[in-house]
Amino acid sequence: MAEPVVIVDHLTYSYPATPNVLVDVTFQVQKGEVLGIIGPNGAGKSTLCKALNGLVPHFYGGRIGGRVIVAGMDTMEHSVAELSTKVGLVFQDPEDQLSGLALTVYEEVAFGLMMLGVPKEEIDHRVREAIKKVGLEGLEQRSPFELSGGQQQRLAIATVLALKPEVLVLDEPTAQLDPIGKFEVFSVITKLAEEGSTIVVVEHEIEELATFTDNILLLDQGRVKAYGSAREVLTMVEKLKSVGVDPPSVTELTHILNKELGLNLEEPITLEEAFKIYSEVLGVA
Amino acid sequence: MAGEVVIKVEDVWFQYPTGVWALRGVSMEVTRGELIAIIGQNGGGKTTLAKHLNGLLKPTKGRVLIEGLDTRTAPQYEITKRVGYVFQNPSHQIFESTVWDEVAFGPRNLGLSQEEVEKRVKWALSLVGLEGYEKSHPYDLDYGKMKLLTVAAVLSMKPEILVLDEPTTGQDHRGRHILAALCKKLNEEQGMTVIVITHDMRFVAEVAERTILMADGKILLDGLTRQVMTAMGILRKAAIKPPQIAALSNMLNNAGVKINALTVREAVEQFRRVLKKP
Repeated sequence: MAEPVVIVDHLTYSYPATPNVLVDVTFQVQKGEVLGIIGPNGAGKSTLCKALNGLVPHFYGGRIGGRVIVAGMDTMEHSVAELSTKVGLVFQDPEDQLSGLALTVYEEVAFGLMMLGVPKEEIDHRVREAIKKVGLEGLEQRSPFELSGGQQQRLAIATVLALKPEVLVLDEPTAQLDPIGKFEVFSVITKLAEEGSTIVVVEHEIEELATFTDNILLLDQGRVKAYGSAREVLTMVEKLKSVGVDPPSVTELTHILNKELGLNLEEPITLEEAFKIYSEVLGVA
Repeated sequence: MAGEVVIKVEDVWFQYPTGVWALRGVSMEVTRGELIAIIGQNGGGKTTLAKHLNGLLKPTKGRVLIEGLDTRTAPQYEITKRVGYVFQNPSHQIFESTVWDEVAFGPRNLGLSQEEVEKRVKWALSLVGLEGYEKSHPYDLDYGKMKLLTVAAVLSMKPEILVLDEPTTGQDHRGRHILAALCKKLNEEQGMTVIVITHDMRFVAEVAERTILMADGKILLDGLTRQVMTAMGILRKAAIKPPQIAALSNMLNNAGVKINALTVREAVEQFRRVLKKP
């Protein structure tokens, strides 16, 4: 089997002023895998994202133990600049991501490539491809600041995709968006996942994560509390609730019914699965 | 008094200086003691409507009456006293350097006695569960507590009507549960009229009895949350996903199962009934 794209091996990290933000975190992401990271605020999720592209510790300082290897590069031995073409990090708020310098959507996506000195024809090709992947065709000449929230976040994803990273890391990409914006961004992530992109995504929208992630890692107080297939982790109803994370409603419902009525229903993690299970048990399938 | 109308919005139109019409003929009434959610996409007019309720914005056409006071002509402090407004982003609201001073600012501004200010600050902090943080700097609080602080800072003015603009944005699940419980407590125990603008349908299902759906500056739906969440056609057109349990209920209903649940708790009770083996 090929080498995993991301290897996080016994990672422990303290910010200069905050100790043990991550403690002994271990996981791997295979090529083409989608990993969801869940957990309460303050669990260390964003710090973990920053450890994947070297911002932790190169920019933030602090003390680090263990290893992070992305696309074969040990993050301790490579600069953030070198890692930036391997790890595409998308922030929660698109306004943190956009340069603020580009007058158009096209220029915004081209910006990073120009900084890297990519030849002009190659830039044009990659910009068009990235804009197409996030569904912003036709808006190339718009100002980034005229876009809706969902469009801005898709633009932020495009600026990262244009660099052709080995892994896309999204830190709560829908937290600031309205329902249409969330739908747009989840549609793009789902499509990228189907096309075989390697993705790490931090989200509170567990019911959405359930529809497109392969594996899920539950983080609490810097430690891995659960790690496995999406189904394994999302059906750990009690464990999730004990750290303040709500499982999908249909999972929780079925879990409670199984317990209280002594049933043995399969615990669904998506709406479609739940409809199938309940149609059958109620004899309306 | 039950059934007393405290807010009356009469055919309100509003045009921003940019020329955009953000409200296009909105009419609604709010009765004392209601807990209402306003939902809809950004740009639909939710926040513009909310800002009309405390007089931050005045109608271009039509009028808004708060306990009979016309927001266009009544002194602003008379409106502010009655309607508390909690902004979406805590940092747009917080400006004092301790939790105590932040919550005391409003009542001090009302010219209340030192004793009364103290009483109110204590009361507001205990309602949101921030006792013990009086001396903390607001920005040392985590995001969830910061939100609660902004609610307390408004509560200390003892408004009869509380408007919360997207209180759960950026909160984790625990933060959402705390805010849901707080909204219910203020409504049920303190008798406050509460209006919540939100994108969080699970929150709506758990908290609000009545839901108003806005789009393009108009009210598309206004009714019991239970009814609004089953109006699948209109919700789909407005690109609103009902909470997962409501969606499951709707699908099973279409298949002929009598289920009408909004929350996990309700669904457990109803399934318990239909699954009961003979």
